[in-house]
Amino acid sequence: MKKLVKGNEAVVIGALVAGCDAYYGYPITPASEIAHAASEYFLPLGKVFVQAECEVGAINMVFGSASSGQRVMTASSGPGISLKMEGISYLAGAQLPCVIVDVQRVGPGLGNIGPEQSDYFQVVKGGGHGDYRAIVLAPASVEETYRMSIEAFDLADKWRSPVFILTDATLGQMMEPIDIREVETHRSEKPWALDTRAESNDNLVTSIYLDFDDMEAHINRLHSKYQQITDEEARAEIYGADVPDIVLTGYGITGRMLRSVADKLNECGIDATLIRPQTLWPFPSKTYQEIVKPGIPVLSVELSRGQFVEDVRLALPGHKVKHYGRVGGNLPELGELVEQAEMLLQEARND
Amino acid sequence: MTKVYQKSPAFFDTFERKPSMQKTTHYCPGCGHGTLNKIIADQIAELGLQDQTIFVGPVGCGVFIYYYFESASVSAAHGRASAVATGVSRANPDSITISYQGDGDLAAIGTSNAIHAANRGENMIVFFVNNNIYGMTGGQLAPTTLIDQTSATSPTGRSIKNDGYPLRMAEMIAGLEAPTLVARVGVNNPRNIRQAVKVIKRGLEIQRDKKGYVFIEVLSQCPTNWRKEPKEACEWIDEVVCKQYPFGVFKDLAEERGAVERPCKRVEFDAIADQLGLTADDEDASQKIEMLQDELRFKFAGFGGQGILSLGMMMAQMSMERNMEVTWLPSYGTEMRGGVANCSVVVGKKAIGSPAVDNPNVLVALNRPSLDKFGPMVPGDGLIIYNSSLIDQVPDDLQGKVYALPATDLASEAGTVKAANVVVLGFVAQKTGMFGLADLEAFLADTFKKPSLLEVNLKAVKAGWDAAEET
Repeated sequence: MKKLVKGNEAVVIGALVAGCDAYYGYPITPASEIAHAASEYFLPLGKVFVQAECEVGAINMVFGSASSGQRVMTASSGPGISLKMEGISYLAGAQLPCVIVDVQRVGPGLGNIGPEQSDYFQVVKGGGHGDYRAIVLAPASVEETYRMSIEAFDLADKWRSPVFILTDATLGQMMEPIDIREVETHRSEKPWALDTRAESNDNLVTSIYLDFDDMEAHINRLHSKYQQITDEEARAEIYGADVPDIVLTGYGITGRMLRSVADKLNECGIDATLIRPQTLWPFPSKTYQEIVKPGIPVLSVELSRGQFVEDVRLALPGHKVKHYGRVGGNLPELGELVEQAEMLLQEARND
Repeated sequence: MTKVYQKSPAFFDTFERKPSMQKTTHYCPGCGHGTLNKIIADQIAELGLQDQTIFVGPVGCGVFIYYYFESASVSAAHGRASAVATGVSRANPDSITISYQGDGDLAAIGTSNAIHAANRGENMIVFFVNNNIYGMTGGQLAPTTLIDQTSATSPTGRSIKNDGYPLRMAEMIAGLEAPTLVARVGVNNPRNIRQAVKVIKRGLEIQRDKKGYVFIEVLSQCPTNWRKEPKEACEWIDEVVCKQYPFGVFKDLAEERGAVERPCKRVEFDAIADQLGLTADDEDASQKIEMLQDELRFKFAGFGGQGILSLGMMMAQMSMERNMEVTWLPSYGTEMRGGVANCSVVVGKKAIGSPAVDNPNVLVALNRPSLDKFGPMVPGDGLIIYNSSLIDQVPDDLQGKVYALPATDLASEAGTVKAANVVVLGFVAQKTGMFGLADLEAFLADTFKKPSLLEVNLKAVKAGWDAAEET
């Protein structure tokens, strides 16, 4: 059943289809439509919706509901995600499943409400304190936002981990059709959860381990889980030529724009391949290593002055990776990106 | 032989979560926490509430409350216990949710979360242990530290000038409308303990009956950080502390309040589909628009309030219903309010790459700034439709095919200038060949339920269509 919706609404519909029980959030542009849609749909269905007093309150309500075994979510944009980071560290430490949406806007500071992809470090590399990781999904369309929203709840349950959906002002505000159907979801049994049965009396949800050896064992357990996630969940969309003259890479809205760039280059007789990571953590490094042969130039595009590109470079040690970024709320024009790709190819030929 | 005194069954028999000395607590000798824990445990057991009880532990001396109580427990971040308890309570509508917090936790770093949980009237009971000092971190100044009282961070005593006045939380919370029971009790002498037992029992009964929010402030002695002998510390509460923080029940609405039920339901897909207003799709999924080319990129621009965004949305919605790929992207920022508003719509046969439209195949400019800004971006084979009711001068560097459409005037003739966007819809549909007049009329009939509004819009779309046929 098709419906024309904004990316921000698609997140909420995906959550409903996934059986999300509770939404806790705080208004912020350009993520507010998520809270609008959640309030419109959750309360009449008898689900929990609370507009919290602050971002910190919202993420800690998520913590409480997640520790009670609920499927639960929150959403915000950069400045709000900064505030939530403390709670996200606790969620990771206590191994609580939940879904957090970041509709990226322009920073640092107040910045503005246009699109940027400058929360990459904060979301993908941690952001909160301590040695933790969180799964990060990066949709590139409204339909993919919807599907990833459903999947995020399964991943959160499967790995007992916070899962981010990282979008941006463009993806959040734009409308596209989504196809809404009943899907099979995999809600985990949660025998560790807090509830009102006698069986849960001995349950304890915490991230504190006073004894150094106990704490080290806990962190090691987390990291063997992270290794498994890295092995099993990393993925990317590959589009374009099998044997490329040039590789284009970007995530989310820029990844999607690069698809048009690849088409334009291919029309001009240049074989271009797009690698669009769909998970940012775990990062699909192996995909890069399989596709990018020595000497093939790589153009990495993002709406920041160079965050995502660091992971591309880590995946391709010794390889020349050129970064191109627009910031401040500006999207690059297609012609601009085609020109960047042609310049890079020219440089590579001259090398 | 009858045992007249035993450890509450709400406690663990031995405190196995505690790293050492598992028969005793981690509290310092003479501390009030132990007494308070015992009262709470006794009353939970007496009311038979142990299984339903969920403890939210704070950061502070209460952090290890889960060592002792055999009830489901969770550790919150510093100050966040009331927010965490909100999540716990909403997820477990039948629980007795206990948020156990100290004065740094609740009255300093977590004040906002505490006040708002109270103001929402969450079904939870908050024990606010006020010992006028930070215990766990080593005796620093708390918001509740008395004037002139020394601490690790007020070595010469609390000064009003530097630190402000001691904060009376119970009185603040009692000033809110939502809370059901707000009281201050003590655990420093038998008389105060007897009163504390009564109040705590009442608080738990209110929770059992789901009658809303309970706040019980407990004046507790901290001999260690007060640098006093336990006996002396207990006496200091009666002699000094309770002058700043008087005992009493500040609010008790238990008799007049009913149960507050907050549902937390799981629903089937059908209920979700109903809520979303979904209707079954046309079974024929073929693309039903004859396009001038594989992909058409539209830019609709004008003043905010001219219905620009909804014009784009109508194009997108109608195209989607004919199984085309579509994207709709609004403009941002200050442009949204009063200034120039624009949106980009792409309709295509294949998956759409960029939703941003830099060089539109079709530009609709409803005001002069829009035409000046976007007109020159339209390529030679593109269409430019401008609102000749409001634009009297056309830039001379335009390459596309230019059509003058008096959209505002035609809309006004149809009944309202607000329908200018629908005039344009008729014009664009005719010029691009994307929709027939009957398609547009059927769509408008679905969109405008009010007959008078529908009539105006049908007139407007026809006017646009006819104007296109004539040019």
